Amino acid sequence: MANPSAVCNGHLHHHHQKQNNLLKSGISKKNGITKGMKKNGVSNGTLYKKTFIEHFEQAPMYVAVFTFVGFAVGTIFGYLRDFMRAWGLEKRNIAAEREQQKDFVPLYQDFENFYTRNLYLRIRDNWNRPICSVPGPQFDLMERVTDDYNWTFRFTGRTIKNVINMGSYNYLGFAETDINALKTVTIELEKYGTGVCSTRQEMGTLDKHVELEKLVAKFLGVEDAMVFGMGFATNSMNIPALVGKGCLILSDELNHTSLVLGARLSGATIRIFKHNNMQSLEKLLRDAIIYGQPRTHRAWRKIIILVEGIYSMEGSIVRLPEIVSLKKKYKAYLYLDEAHSIGAVGATGRGVVEYFGMSPDDVDVLMGTFTKSFGAAGGYIAGRKDLVDFLRTHSHSAVYATSMCPAIAEQIIRAMKCLMGLDGTAQGLQRVRQLEKNTRYFRRKLHEMGFIIYGNDDSPVVPLLLYMPGKIGAFARRMLEKNIGVVVVGFPATPITESRARFCVSAAHTREMLDTVLNALDELGDFLHLKYSRYSKSSHPELYEESRLELED
Amino acid sequence: QQWVLVEMVQAFYEAPAYHLILEGILILWIIRLLFSKTYKLQERSDLTLKEKEELIEEWQPEPLVPPVPKDHPALNYNIVSGPPTHIITVNGKECINFASFNFLGLLNNEKVKSAAQASLKKYGVGTCGPRGFYGTFDVHLELEERLAKFMRTEEAIIYSYGFATIASAIPAYSKRGDIVFVDEAACFAIQKGLQASRSNIKLFKHNDMADLERLLKEQETEDQKNPRKARVTRRFIVVEGLYMNTGDICPLPELIKLKYKYKVRIFLEESLSFGVLGEHGRGITEHFGINIDDIDLISANMENSLASIGGFCCGRSFIIDHQRLSGQGYCFSASLPPLLAAAAIEALNIMEDNPDIFQTLRAKCERIHKALQGISGLKVVGESFSPALHLQLEESSGSREHDVKLLKRVVDYCMNSGIALTQARYLEKEEKCLPPPSIRVVITVEQTEQELDKAASLLKEAAQSVLN
Repeated sequence: MANPSAVCNGHLHHHHQKQNNLLKSGISKKNGITKGMKKNGVSNGTLYKKTFIEHFEQAPMYVAVFTFVGFAVGTIFGYLRDFMRAWGLEKRNIAAEREQQKDFVPLYQDFENFYTRNLYLRIRDNWNRPICSVPGPQFDLMERVTDDYNWTFRFTGRTIKNVINMGSYNYLGFAETDINALKTVTIELEKYGTGVCSTRQEMGTLDKHVELEKLVAKFLGVEDAMVFGMGFATNSMNIPALVGKGCLILSDELNHTSLVLGARLSGATIRIFKHNNMQSLEKLLRDAIIYGQPRTHRAWRKIIILVEGIYSMEGSIVRLPEIVSLKKKYKAYLYLDEAHSIGAVGATGRGVVEYFGMSPDDVDVLMGTFTKSFGAAGGYIAGRKDLVDFLRTHSHSAVYATSMCPAIAEQIIRAMKCLMGLDGTAQGLQRVRQLEKNTRYFRRKLHEMGFIIYGNDDSPVVPLLLYMPGKIGAFARRMLEKNIGVVVVGFPATPITESRARFCVSAAHTREMLDTVLNALDELGDFLHLKYSRYSKSSHPELYEESRLELED
Repeated sequence: QQWVLVEMVQAFYEAPAYHLILEGILILWIIRLLFSKTYKLQERSDLTLKEKEELIEEWQPEPLVPPVPKDHPALNYNIVSGPPTHIITVNGKECINFASFNFLGLLNNEKVKSAAQASLKKYGVGTCGPRGFYGTFDVHLELEERLAKFMRTEEAIIYSYGFATIASAIPAYSKRGDIVFVDEAACFAIQKGLQASRSNIKLFKHNDMADLERLLKEQETEDQKNPRKARVTRRFIVVEGLYMNTGDICPLPELIKLKYKYKVRIFLEESLSFGVLGEHGRGITEHFGINIDDIDLISANMENSLASIGGFCCGRSFIIDHQRLSGQGYCFSASLPPLLAAAAIEALNIMEDNPDIFQTLRAKCERIHKALQGISGLKVVGESFSPALHLQLEESSGSREHDVKLLKRVVDYCMNSGIALTQARYLEKEEKCLPPPSIRVVITVEQTEQELDKAASLLKEAAQSVLN
């Protein structure tokens, strides 16, 4: 029988399967984390209005052992091949430095490239696959063969048609070439051309940008918004404008490179808290306010928390209600990067803020990109008017970088109008519903088949764990033979033992396409022994008795 | 030497008593240390819980953003209705465009637009993924090949944003501990790239080769003190072909000499000179007749001459291929939308088919450069063949704010009479060497000689009325 959750000091106690709810003192709480599942109840007026289920199951021990063995074998062979190449027993295929510059300091350390040369190179045909059609639910791949074990590729000239696309970030299916849908984009492209040739503060603010910014602000329910030409650059050029020396940045462990780069460029102190872990975040907040800056103990000028809406490698959704309550209690600021979650979660596609039923005023800086759910390019930052005015004057991008192409702005405008229902159809809402249905169906089926899937049940990003390095290449290649394009990721984007395949479910996928993929996965899972999950029978928590508890400090 | 068990036991019995006792005490001490509690430094604090709560209550952060005055020039920006082409509608008024970097007039070119339309029909708008995950389209590969062929290098790599190009390229090669010699007037994107790389930055005076040589010599003497470290420290010189902030050209032949003398690699940023200098528009290497392999990396953005969006780097495969795994703006960002890539390819076609536009552009630059000489109160800053030059105040009033206001009045006078100009904008607190306030004048191939003369005379009038 589950314990009802107790709310103490505005904090939430998770209830879990075994009744090990310790309370050390009134302030800090002990939390049991099940390695099987984390479940949050809906009782006692808690912060979460619906169940929040995330999975991070750990694989059996033999899998970790074999993973390390795999890497060890790869490394030994790597040394062997390097040795053979150094002694001329094997041909050197790598590009070399110019003769005239041979006595310059070497540009690359040989060791830095060890991993690239010997491990990544063997399976590198699974990345950078060129396509030659629109990246919709199905696409056409250019056939690529290698004659020298992946050192070079050549195109045979044939295309592999109608490969099911499980890799592109096309959550709402706006990557389409339908003439009617793109009518306004075509008109604007004809009118404006492709370039802008100036920065926002000089002569680069077009009326299209003003229209887009008003629409974005309306869509999100905030006072004002500003758009930028590149999603990555939105983070790396605006975080340094908001914080500087003497400020503190608390950043999640698994934040995207653009957030990390922006934080580093700002010059503020960075502290990392464990992924989605509220105790870790609270401890950092308390220590920061109590002890101040290191060594001088001056008070911090401001504290900003950097989190993402959906984390693209884990598929987990940020625990927004808890973070907002922490932020209000400790007077910190919240920067939410909704690159993957805008348009993809929430009842009407407004992102994690709507998903948790919260108000956009709770988040200080709402940031997002248009690349994923809107099928365009660029990013935005939205919030209160004084924030956006400050960014108009002080953002690096506004002063030095070109503004967004107007045709692309039009694509975002038409996609947003469709989502908001302003184009007179219910298509936008249909897409959001379809995405939700597809996500739930896909995840449920994968769980039933016995794969280990990470992440929240509602997130359209589905990482399927492969673990062993040998299986990465095998999985991707065999799926391509079955005419399905998947994305596989290994070290260094993920921890070295947790290589995975990542599926991005789209609203444009039909039930047949998903079934094709699921059948292929079933077959391949048996062939490659990928069904590691111990909970394969069903996904109901009451039937488990095994759940290792770990108490956290 | 093999320790047989029997010999070991014998040695144990034969050892003196004090030895055994000492060993026993040491073993017990180790066991005690292993099991004792570790002390974390921070928990040594003497604050009570109540005091901690009080500190938390009392702390007040700064507001997230400081208030911005309503009359800040950037808040009253110009809004352009319609495309920023040769005739531009700024704030409702039609003017001749002297402010957009549309050097070759390709912004409104019909062929470019139809290539973009064809690509839109085939690929849609966005690529929905980074280059590594099905974001590589055949248009990207074609554009990279065409750029490499045009610049006569082995390979080229495309980025989806001009600013991110050089800002991602520099940190891919130069890491902590490496040394970079950079010109003082380098643009902001280079400064951000250098900051992200965490290398040692040494600034040399703008275009002053003697100063650079002095710094290189100093570095040489440092190296002799510590040859082991010097063997692994990479060195780079980062310069621009035509400087955005001053309109000057960099003395590339001398730099090449310095490169081979002191074994430093050169990174060249050609955003303003690509499509402008050289007989075929290949940039400053063609202008000086230098072998392009002598430059390690050339980076340029496609937002000026090619009238598209994005940027590229070109050079030898040995150098460029590294960015495909270490360029942050390349690996972790969505790729360039195919319609912009198709537009860039078409623009390249036009550049290759009409090599005389470069000479035309240079002639127009010379013309206006001459015409703008002798304006009382304003001096022209920039080479005579540079299409983006600056007009600075001859005598500064002492306060930057006042200068900016004066220049604004000159710009407004011109705008009201039909010439669109803009002031050069900088982030005053972030720039390493802040250039003085100036008016940016941009010359494009589409401007006729009458328009050039009109602009020059209008600027003379404006300067007369405002500054005297």
